[in-house]
Amino acid sequence: MTFRLRLRSRKSRLLVYSVFETAGSGVVSCRQLGAPVCSSFALIGRKEWPKPLLLVALMLRWLLGSREQQGQQEKSPVQTIGEEQTHNPYTELQVLKAHHDIVRFLVKIDDYRFASAGDDGIVYLWDVQTGERLFEFLGHTQQITAIAVFPSSDTSGEPNPLILTASSDKTVIIWDCDSGRQVQQISDFHSTVKCLAVLQRLDLWLTGGSELRLWNRKLELVSETSHFTDSGISTMIELPKNCIAAAIGKDLIIFKLLIPTDESDNWDIHEVKCLSAHQDNIRSLVNVNELTFASGSLVGELIVWDALDWTVLAYECSFWDTSSHHESMQEIKLQKQNEISVQHFTTDGKCVFAAIGRGIYVYNLEVKRVIAYQRTAHDSSVLHIAKLPNRQIISCSEDGSVRIWEIRERKHFSAEAVSTGFFNVWGFGKAGKQPSQTLKKMQDNAVQSSVELIGDLIGHSSAVQMFLYFPEHGLVTCSADHLIILWKDGERESRLRSLNLFEKLEENGSLLPRF
Amino acid sequence: MISAPDVVAFAREEAREEPCADFPALPEEYSVPLFPSRRPPAKFARDFILVSEFSEQVGPQPLLTVPEDGRASGTFDLNYFALRLMSVDYQASFVGHPPGSAYPKLNFVRDSKVVLGDSKEGAFAYVHHLTLYDLEARGFVRPFCLAYVSADERKIMGQFRELSAEFSRASECLKTGNRKAFAHELEKKLRDLRYTRGVLLHQEMELPKQGCYTSQAIEKANELASVERSIIEHRDLLQQIRSYPYRKRRDSDCQLDEAEPWEANCYPRRASYTPQFIKAKSAKCFDKKLKTLEELCDLYFFNQTLDQLTQIEKTYRGDLCYLLTSQTDRALVKQQLTTAFLFEDASAWQEKFSDNPYDENMGTGLDIITPKALEEPPSLDSYKSSVESVPIKIEQEVAQEKPEETKRTEQLECLDTDLKGSVSSGESIEVLRTEMSATVLNHSESQPCLQSFPSPQAVRSKAVSRRTISEDSIEVLSTCTSESLIPEDFKASYPSAINEEESYVDNEEECGLHLLPNFSLQDLIQTENYAEENIVPVDSACCIGHESSYFLDLSTDQEYAHDDVVSSPPQPYKQLDQGIHVNFSVEDVAYSSDSVSEAVPLHEQDVNYLIGGGEANRVSLEEHSDSTSYRSNASTISDRTPSPAQHSHLSERQKKRAGQNALRFIRQYPFAHPAIYCLLSGRTLLILGEKEAIVKKLVTALSIFVPSYDKTSKPVKQWTTSPLHIMDFQKWKLIGLQRVVSPTGSNVLHSLNRYSRYVSVLDIDSKTLRCPLYKGTLLLRLADHRTQIKRGSTYYMHVQSILTQLCSKAFLYTFCHHLHLPIGAKESEETIARRRMNFLTLRLGLASEDVKIVLYLAELLKMHYLQETGRGVQPVLRFDYVPSLLYKI
Repeated sequence: MTFRLRLRSRKSRLLVYSVFETAGSGVVSCRQLGAPVCSSFALIGRKEWPKPLLLVALMLRWLLGSREQQGQQEKSPVQTIGEEQTHNPYTELQVLKAHHDIVRFLVKIDDYRFASAGDDGIVYLWDVQTGERLFEFLGHTQQITAIAVFPSSDTSGEPNPLILTASSDKTVIIWDCDSGRQVQQISDFHSTVKCLAVLQRLDLWLTGGSELRLWNRKLELVSETSHFTDSGISTMIELPKNCIAAAIGKDLIIFKLLIPTDESDNWDIHEVKCLSAHQDNIRSLVNVNELTFASGSLVGELIVWDALDWTVLAYECSFWDTSSHHESMQEIKLQKQNEISVQHFTTDGKCVFAAIGRGIYVYNLEVKRVIAYQRTAHDSSVLHIAKLPNRQIISCSEDGSVRIWEIRERKHFSAEAVSTGFFNVWGFGKAGKQPSQTLKKMQDNAVQSSVELIGDLIGHSSAVQMFLYFPEHGLVTCSADHLIILWKDGERESRLRSLNLFEKLEENGSLLPRF
Repeated sequence: MISAPDVVAFAREEAREEPCADFPALPEEYSVPLFPSRRPPAKFARDFILVSEFSEQVGPQPLLTVPEDGRASGTFDLNYFALRLMSVDYQASFVGHPPGSAYPKLNFVRDSKVVLGDSKEGAFAYVHHLTLYDLEARGFVRPFCLAYVSADERKIMGQFRELSAEFSRASECLKTGNRKAFAHELEKKLRDLRYTRGVLLHQEMELPKQGCYTSQAIEKANELASVERSIIEHRDLLQQIRSYPYRKRRDSDCQLDEAEPWEANCYPRRASYTPQFIKAKSAKCFDKKLKTLEELCDLYFFNQTLDQLTQIEKTYRGDLCYLLTSQTDRALVKQQLTTAFLFEDASAWQEKFSDNPYDENMGTGLDIITPKALEEPPSLDSYKSSVESVPIKIEQEVAQEKPEETKRTEQLECLDTDLKGSVSSGESIEVLRTEMSATVLNHSESQPCLQSFPSPQAVRSKAVSRRTISEDSIEVLSTCTSESLIPEDFKASYPSAINEEESYVDNEEECGLHLLPNFSLQDLIQTENYAEENIVPVDSACCIGHESSYFLDLSTDQEYAHDDVVSSPPQPYKQLDQGIHVNFSVEDVAYSSDSVSEAVPLHEQDVNYLIGGGEANRVSLEEHSDSTSYRSNASTISDRTPSPAQHSHLSERQKKRAGQNALRFIRQYPFAHPAIYCLLSGRTLLILGEKEAIVKKLVTALSIFVPSYDKTSKPVKQWTTSPLHIMDFQKWKLIGLQRVVSPTGSNVLHSLNRYSRYVSVLDIDSKTLRCPLYKGTLLLRLADHRTQIKRGSTYYMHVQSILTQLCSKAFLYTFCHHLHLPIGAKESEETIARRRMNFLTLRLGLASEDVKIVLYLAELLKMHYLQETGRGVQPVLRFDYVPSLLYKI
């Protein structure tokens, strides 16, 4: 259930909020439209809420309270899975509590370490195997806005991997991952650095904000661009031939790095081209393969670009509204907010996996079509999506859940469509009507595969911001409820512990532990 | 685990009619009397501890009892019993002038421990004799006696070793205090003497100088000489008492270095004391008032001792079967050190750590006197002093002079079968024929020195004396033939005693065989004028050289020795003895200064153990195998007899109630099995209800099924009102939750809905349970709603025993190498997994869901072990994706 509220702020800016309830959780959240921040009522203190919003939220919860007995599940069109999840390997979890505000970022340092950062301005380094906290990086005074890892390289004198963090306090701090020390703090920025990119090949790194700056490994400023008048760079990626694609507002600007010739040490950045194909702000940017990259915007456009000559290879903007017309009929009075923003996407070289609104879509680059989708994969916006090697997709959402999907080839899709697996997709209440409709849709779109829910991970009580996948250790999720959870394969952990045990036994030489 | 009152209760209700008809016999080491022993008629209501003294003025007299009120002792004649007690002490030591020494010699005498029985009074006692030093007393010693008096003979015999250890601690406490007080007193006396000497010298100077000595001058000179002599004597005594602990150590060199400085120091400290002139003739001993026990060993130590005695009384006052069961129980739990943390009370398997019961330097202000030496555990002397201890002399005349049986000091009979048992544990048992024996160390000028004329008797008694000095020797006084006194006979009948004796011989040779001159009691009596007092059971009429005929005479006394019966101590669990408290005596003998230096680290480890939880656990089992004797004898640590109710998580009473409520739950709710299954398999169970008391009661009841993560406490949250988070499920396995009808309440329910895969919810208001299905068989036995068990405590025991069984299965599973590691190099993970499953289902005979219980317990074991060994293991929440069902009544 969602309310949309238009409020005028003191500066007469029109703010549009949506207040919604995360189905089944009883958590009421509010979200400023266009902003990724989502605060939930149950967990975050009430003082953060504007008063009218709070009123609405309270009302909504009251409504929910009375409705609760009738069963929330029937109303939700979201596919659910029962408690029996035979394909879900995650049977052990470990809660890591250290942050005291929303945890937004997770980065992998190597095979067993990761760092987490969030609105409390603290960065923690963790051991993914044991859940041990390795370091605490205190330095920023405000929330972290971007984080990147500079992996260790043998060529330069720095053997240790570094972490770069940018914060709203207009600083960037470089940390040493092995010693836990702060290497350097750079604080001469005019505005907040919103994104960081590491060009490992060149041993350089970039900061993006109101201007683009280029740094070398010795943390010296090499070059910078002029000041951008707009909001600044929101995200950027590296392209072949020493080019950078940076998203500024609706535009995508290509920069070229001029590598110094033998003698001179003059680095330079040139703006090469401005691509204005999107109708709204660009939300995400990803390299698909050597030759292509993709960008997505707030209105659900997905554009696939050629990485060499920066031409549009494909433009897709309608796949989010495949079934919106009957959706709007069902929700009678309350205006259904259709989340259409491209929140995040990922790729495996052949397909782009996009988190758009509440759904997930698999877009095949060869056939230039959506080959599988799940329109309402979650109760609210999907924030992060990842593809695992074993045909699995993992998505996390503002509703606090993480879901594991499997892409299944559909050979006889007409027969398959009425199978129980698909039946589940639409819940029990509307079982009569919808399968046929979906079937029709699928035929229209020539969907060849399906995305089947094989498990969900419930643990966070608020929006799951991001997750990391460690093939050897499992999944790490971070959330607005300040927690980080390690999800592990219980079987594997049990075996590991046994191995440890026998190792230890051998060390001790006897059953009884000794000093 | 199994507590005896429950056994008793059980037996009383159901088993009394047909005792032990169908039950397979327990292994002997675990057998415990099923019924409480029927109290023989006795004049006292319950067990008590009697402290008595042999006063040189009035003879044996009772001083105090523990408990103090007269209820325990009732109409029992304490005076008479004190007489009996004090007359047992054949080993009292005295100070005198030993041959070759000009000054009186203090002896640091080992306490004697005997069992005394009096069938007429229905009283049996463990008797612990000790001597305290008193400057004003005859021979500087005052004999005291601590006695544990019980109507149950089996208890005294069965618990002899434990009692002996406990009383040794108490006695050590007394003696330590006494040594301080005595040293203090000596110092005072020395100052007086020096002052007196000064005065006398002054007087002498004032005497008119004449050519010849006047009688007055001679008298003065004599007086002065005697004061001088007295000073030397006292200084020597002071030196002796101060050097006490050093003498116990083999490396005696340090004594010389350290003993001197503080002697110089201590006088300035006592500047406030005004010396007094001492008259040449001191008052008769009858005129002066003897010091009380408090004065003898200063108040602080006296109170400490009283506390210890109270504790002993508390520990042992229950019925024998209770004691035995709890001891067996504790011993067994200690064997399960690896798994015990799961369900046992931490107390049951943790070493009881009693802090150093008294601070050596407290309460006296005499810290100078006790520099380094006394800081050591006073247990030391019980090892080495035994070496110096004293031969036994056997007096035949006693029997002749006191023919009446009631006046006999001691007639104890040993049972042969039991003897063998105790021999196996390495204790030496003295079987003495005598009524009376005494140890003498002083040298009387009127008697020839026996060392120079070794008679056959002396040799014999010397051998006997060796026997007595073995640690923890049990002297059962009884009638037997004279031959038994010959060492060869001991060797023949008690082989294990021989080894021990041999090892003692080494000690003796090293540490002072010269201290073992043998004298008859006669010598002592003559020198010390004991003969004046008729109350003394030992009379002066006997004389040396009569032993041989005496033995013959005594053999005819056998008949009337029979009604005062005390059997020698049976072994409560011999098997365990071998494993757990092995080698008492051998260890004691081997006890050396190295072990002394180890004492401190050990001590520290124990502290760590309590604080950090993890570690000393490990120490304990090792300790049990090799230095038990140290631990049990040292006054600092005693693990053998913790008092049962002192330190449990749940007291006996709470256990009983928890058991009762659990039983009620099982009878009341048909879905008790799945609920308990949740707890055992690590799924959090939530008890939802409006009324706090009801919820808490059920939570407490069900907590007996909750396995712990570690040794700290059970993961149980009795009552909470706030919405639950994922952290809570990681932390708590049983939660009592308030149901609230309000928006916040619905929030709580929402979070429950959300986390439904981690929790099972038992709603006690609507009597529903939502949790996974249970199809196993284990719980049918654990929680049978048609069970015949009626009592809560019995049910608690039943649960504990089944859980222990379960733990052992989990243990096997966890620590079986081949179940987790490949046997061959090529073996795949699947094969191992299959082997695991086969083991669980076929070998351990577990049905579907029961497997999960064992798997969960195994996981806890692993984590605990890894944690113990220092590998950082953070708590995890394990769960399954299984559908839940809604159960209704």
